[in-house]
Amino acid sequence: MSIEVRIPTILRQYTGGEKAVEGSGSTLAELIDDIESRHAGLRNRLVDEKGLRRFVNVYLNDEDVRFLGGLETSVKDGDNVTVLPAVAGG
Amino acid sequence: MLRIDRATYDQIVAHARRDHPDEACGVVAGPAGTDRPERFVPMLNAARSPTFYEFDSGDLLRLYREMDDRDEEPVVIYHSHTATEAYPSRTDVSLAQEPGAHYVLVSTREPDRTEFRSYRIVDGVVTAEEVSVVETLTQAAPLTDGSP
Repeated sequence: MSIEVRIPTILRQYTGGEKAVEGSGSTLAELIDDIESRHAGLRNRLVDEKGLRRFVNVYLNDEDVRFLGGLETSVKDGDNVTVLPAVAGG
Repeated sequence: MLRIDRATYDQIVAHARRDHPDEACGVVAGPAGTDRPERFVPMLNAARSPTFYEFDSGDLLRLYREMDDRDEEPVVIYHSHTATEAYPSRTDVSLAQEPGAHYVLVSTREPDRTEFRSYRIVDGVVTAEEVSVVETLTQAAPLTDGSP
């Protein structure tokens, strides 16, 4: 078992074109670190020094992690994580 | 070039007029790989602002799930400018994250005349493109060029 992470089109350059990758960890931060070890560059597109980037949405089992615990959100085997860039502008 | 049918064009403009003076936003989805904007999906502007738009995060997830299930992609991503021209703002450019989409800008700053323009926004570079309004997408030749 592991955690599936769905990757949006614009970030598939880091996953060799794959729509989804697998990883492990007990928190979202650990999961991102684990994925970064195989898909270098991805982490920087998801987080900055303040935490999750403002215009990237990350969902754990369909719930926006901003309403859970952000990077400290607990994750476990069998969970599904979806990354979607915000659609926004001025 | 963006080819779009008249009915969808009219729906986008009507949405922009309806939400004025706040910005309106939405997508037109189409079968993946076809570049055909077929399914009009107006979205709520979670920012409810005259100077900013953002899809609600829950709505965004449902939209992308639905497009995934139907093997669609966002062919058009549209929003309105309610006091300025139909040209991508610096914010629009920095936040554009769908390099395959036609970014449609509608300006409602004038009550009786609507500007409707389309752009590609890739890696921070804006490229204006022609808009061809056709009666139906299956039609071979454009009827008008969409200019006012």
